[in-house]
Amino acid sequence: MNKLNDKIGHFPRQLEDESIYIMREVAAQFERPALLFSGGKDSITLVRLAQKAFYPGKIPFPLVHIDTGHNFPETIEFRDWLAKETGAELIVRYVQDSIDQGKAKEESGKYASRNVLQTVTLLDTIEEFKFDACIGGARRDEEKARAKERIFSVRDDFGQWDAKRQRPELFDMLNGRIAVGENVRVFPISNWTELDVWNYIKEENMEIPSIYFSHKRQVIERDGMLWADSEHLNKEADEIPFEATVRFRTVGDMTCTAAVASEATEIDVIIEEILSAEISERGARIDDKRSEAAMEKRKQQGYF
Amino acid sequence: MDILRIATAGSVDDGKSTLIGRLLYETNSITKDKIEALESASKRKGLDFLDLSLLTDGLIAEREQGITIDVAHIYFSTPSRKYIIADTPGHVEYTRNMVTGASNAKVSLILVDARQGMVEQTARHLSIAAMLRIPKVIICVNKMDLVQYQESTFEEIKASLTELVKQTTFEGQEISFLPISSLYGQNITTKAEQMPWFTGNTLLGELEAFEYAETLAHAPARFPVQFVVRPMTEAYHDFRGYAGKISSGTFQVGDAIRVLPTGQESTIATIEKFESKLSHAKAGDSVVITLSTDIDISRGNTIVLASEANAPQLKDFSAQVCWLDHQALTPGKTYLLQHGINITKAKISQITERLDVVAQTATEGVDSLKLNEIGRIALRTAQPISADVYANNPSNGAFILIDEFSNSTVGVGFVQ
Repeated sequence: MNKLNDKIGHFPRQLEDESIYIMREVAAQFERPALLFSGGKDSITLVRLAQKAFYPGKIPFPLVHIDTGHNFPETIEFRDWLAKETGAELIVRYVQDSIDQGKAKEESGKYASRNVLQTVTLLDTIEEFKFDACIGGARRDEEKARAKERIFSVRDDFGQWDAKRQRPELFDMLNGRIAVGENVRVFPISNWTELDVWNYIKEENMEIPSIYFSHKRQVIERDGMLWADSEHLNKEADEIPFEATVRFRTVGDMTCTAAVASEATEIDVIIEEILSAEISERGARIDDKRSEAAMEKRKQQGYF
Repeated sequence: MDILRIATAGSVDDGKSTLIGRLLYETNSITKDKIEALESASKRKGLDFLDLSLLTDGLIAEREQGITIDVAHIYFSTPSRKYIIADTPGHVEYTRNMVTGASNAKVSLILVDARQGMVEQTARHLSIAAMLRIPKVIICVNKMDLVQYQESTFEEIKASLTELVKQTTFEGQEISFLPISSLYGQNITTKAEQMPWFTGNTLLGELEAFEYAETLAHAPARFPVQFVVRPMTEAYHDFRGYAGKISSGTFQVGDAIRVLPTGQESTIATIEKFESKLSHAKAGDSVVITLSTDIDISRGNTIVLASEANAPQLKDFSAQVCWLDHQALTPGKTYLLQHGINITKAKISQITERLDVVAQTATEGVDSLKLNEIGRIALRTAQPISADVYANNPSNGAFILIDEFSNSTVGVGFVQ
């Protein structure tokens, strides 16, 4: 059996070549493409690939961020820095505006999040700028439905994906022809795994938001997991914030991204933690058994 | 570290799910939470072993719900290689899915149940692997545990396939036979204790040892121009670079080149990959090439070596096609032909014959090719395409046909 640690630091460069090829196809086949930027490691990887694909030219499409208003401040800070650094155009649209316009309704209760509401704002943004292709950072190893989605995924007027009507993708030939009103979601890192992304970030010495690394933060415990305390989190009376040493494995909204207890301040240690992870990246966050394991691990590390 | 793409096809009953699960498990590619979930699911089913087929079980559930799963991608890695399995379930639209899934594969895994021996799917799979010029085929005789790991059973199956293999294979294709038990992990990543009579490599051993990159790098040099990089900034005011992914062969700085179809010639000044300048680049590399002279090149043009006197320019040619659409191919119709990144109109003048890949026979005088059917066609393109004969250079010899009205990809062709 292979030892886990043997896989650290081995990034297959061919993946980068293939993704750059996809980036260039997007720029060539579409009139108004955009790169959907969330501030997470996958979309940061996309920006890096776009930068390489068109160098020494600038990235020929804007970075679009749908700001839920519930982002980590560190993510927003990083987003603005990256746009400046790469010279890419940055477009930000706000979920709050969709709510104010009555197009989206804020969820209630302790699990309230704006995750679902983002779609409304995204579709409006696509409409506003007439984007015909939106580049996203989804990977096929994330979940089973993704495992069969195409690299060029055609969406109808409502942004819907029809699994039954997918175009076959043969060899590396990408067919991005669409009718008026349709648009395409493009996933250049479809074939990357979470480990590939981390190894790439390491090899490329890429900057990532600080919340990926271990830091002290006020958290609450809910369902056996740690959640960042913030004004956006609807807390119950017995959910009392305390300080913990944590990092985030994925970067989403503060209301739906749980932290893991970790002392990892270097990328190698983060990759090691991922390799020996108790939970897979998209692991269901309300699984009882998993929560038990997470709880047990924190207890071992002396939090309680 | 490189990538090896593998194609598997077949029904769930032949032990394919268990084999894939076993590969993931023994290469440590499954996170702990998934293994724990497997353990409890196996226990719930009353099994005293880890049912690795459940790893791809989600796919079965989806099928029960009637969702078409054409190709699923599964990933695992070893310290030296990343593996991508394109898995095509064996049900309706079999050929279409198999061809689509296997189009990128360098290795084809064919499973044979040790109790049953060869079935129709074995023949279809072998033929398609040959049509796609997949350089390596591994025929895994699975479920050896159910035939008491007998060498005679393995040898009988091997012998019964010899004739078929001879009919379908092409020169240079490696074909090997492996006795395995996915369920008990025999010959997957470790030698089979139960089959001391088998002296060959394990499945993973075969995969790790297989090399193909050299062949690609030695094929004729083809560089399709994807995108013209013109920064027009102060620092790069006169910069004009041609971005693309080399589809075959090798290019070096200083090489004299010709642009197809215009025929203009120049010399390679630089080969660049982001901030680094390279001395050469080979098949698969995404690079930017600059030339010593200013000539007019646009997307869809192909750069070849000037030393190659007869680089292909095809307008009237024949091709093998596999039809992928519910609406049949009818002669006389115009489609869009996409070869690599280059698109031109194409008219199908004739369907020469329809092929039965299982029986290895051809029928002439057919007037349509339906979904999943394979045939030979004659066609004519509006603009010449720089495609090679597929058998000589697979990475530059395939094309897709697109319906102009639905925009769907309706067929795949292989230049003959």
